[in-house]
Amino acid sequence: MQIYLPIADLPVNIFLILGMGLAVGFISGMFGIGGGFLMTPLLIFLGVSPAVSVATVSSHIAASSCSGAISYWRRRTIDIPLAGLLLAGGIAGTASGVWLFTTLRALGQLDITIGISYVLLLGIVGGLMVVESVRAIMRARQGKPVELRRPGSHTWIHGLPFKLRFKRSGIYVSAVPVLGIGYIIGFVGAVMGIGGGFLLVPMLIYILRVPTATVIGTSMVLTLVTMASATVMHAATNHLVDAVLALFLMVGGVIGAQFGARAGQRISGERLRLLLGLLVLAVGIRFGLDLTLPPENFFTLRPLEGG
Amino acid sequence: MLRPLALILLAAAAIVGLARPAAAERLITSLSEHRVMVTPSFNGREVVLFGGIEREAGALSPRGGYDIAVTVIGPRQTVVTFRKERMLGIWVNYESRVFENAPSYLAVLTNRPLDAITNADTLRRLQLGLDNIALPQRIDPVAGDDLPGDVFRKAFLSLKDEHGLYRQESNGVTFVAPALFRASIPLPAEVLVGTYEVDVKLFADGAVIARTPSALEIFKAGFEQFVTTSAQNHGLLYGLAAASMAILTGWFASVVFRRD
Repeated sequence: MQIYLPIADLPVNIFLILGMGLAVGFISGMFGIGGGFLMTPLLIFLGVSPAVSVATVSSHIAASSCSGAISYWRRRTIDIPLAGLLLAGGIAGTASGVWLFTTLRALGQLDITIGISYVLLLGIVGGLMVVESVRAIMRARQGKPVELRRPGSHTWIHGLPFKLRFKRSGIYVSAVPVLGIGYIIGFVGAVMGIGGGFLLVPMLIYILRVPTATVIGTSMVLTLVTMASATVMHAATNHLVDAVLALFLMVGGVIGAQFGARAGQRISGERLRLLLGLLVLAVGIRFGLDLTLPPENFFTLRPLEGG
Repeated sequence: MLRPLALILLAAAAIVGLARPAAAERLITSLSEHRVMVTPSFNGREVVLFGGIEREAGALSPRGGYDIAVTVIGPRQTVVTFRKERMLGIWVNYESRVFENAPSYLAVLTNRPLDAITNADTLRRLQLGLDNIALPQRIDPVAGDDLPGDVFRKAFLSLKDEHGLYRQESNGVTFVAPALFRASIPLPAEVLVGTYEVDVKLFADGAVIARTPSALEIFKAGFEQFVTTSAQNHGLLYGLAAASMAILTGWFASVVFRRD
């Protein structure tokens, strides 16, 4: 069954869109990530223009992270003060990210920058996560106790001033790295057109040592707020949010996120991180191949914006 | 003294003589629909063009018979064509050419191959056919103009052809009677909304003897139109509505699926 998308200006199969929403929603609910790094390339592959994809995906991510966030809220696994502080850094990061985005676009170097950043970022983050989680699983297999808290492993980050206590996460850290992480997520998200959840989750785990239990709910709240405001900003400035496409993605997405959230609770933290790491790595490799393999067609067409 | 007068008379005779064939035949065309509506189920459309050739009483029909060329030109759009090149092992969009105001859609439908209808010079002069259509390029100041621009033009045409947006069909026009023809204009789902110029040319013995322009419009209506105009004119409200829709959908799902 085909439906015509009014903003993207092309017909698509409803069931294909619902299915894509469902699959990406499942992954996003399971890992507490937005799934933008999966959905945006999928839409572009369908023929939706990159600009419309990025803008529309932000509303889809807002919907799935909202549904996920409510589930985690009921389980009391959201650290509100931590999310608030991350958000403060995130807003500043988004502003500088948008500035860099505009500058690179003016220089005509945006595409290649996005391509290389995807490969580097996804490759490094995915690789690190796989290595770390495999080690953790090996330790558990050998019968060694799983070290949930490592008191001796305080790094220089824990020596920074302005320390705050986050009760629900049970951590006592400086506000400086929290704001810094928020800033990086906002910056990267604006430049690469992604929610940044797949970056935020490992950063919270490895740098701030937030326990896996609260990390996903907290990350979902941050994703919800940034993506909802990104939707409004994209719609107000570029008029590129396709509400029809968004609705179908959302309906699939929220249903998928519910099942994903449940599946995520049944899997141990290490395994969850291994799966996410493999997924991130796979997308990174895919982008890498796109950059290095000879393209099928050396030429591409793109309508000039406003031309 | 008589020479100027003779020249004028000669010129007048020439004008009348040239104008005669055009007056001898009239070309009448009609489209099956002048306004194509884009609805939620829009998946491309075929618009049929009917035409008749009306001959003045006593006029002789041309020896080679009549030929028809239908050109449909969609809304114009400035498009960039990029060429990828390998730099440090990575394929980068390196060179680009900007095609200024290129037709977003172009169909050239004829009853037989263009080169059988008339000679190459006439085709070029009329800009008839994909090989002859003018596609003005804005030369990239960095790349310079030393490269054969043909490569970009060829790539542009073949990419447009892949999407069914540019097409040239030598059997696109069918004569149902000696002076009656029909042509179907295939509009793929990707067509832009706007005005499509339809130009029908009547050829006899390799020369254009009549020409009838008309137009068809592709437009959005109802829900499609509402979404498009709200997104354009009330961006902020539209964005707030989209964000609320996202939050409501998320909340609704969590209520429906609540099991604990």
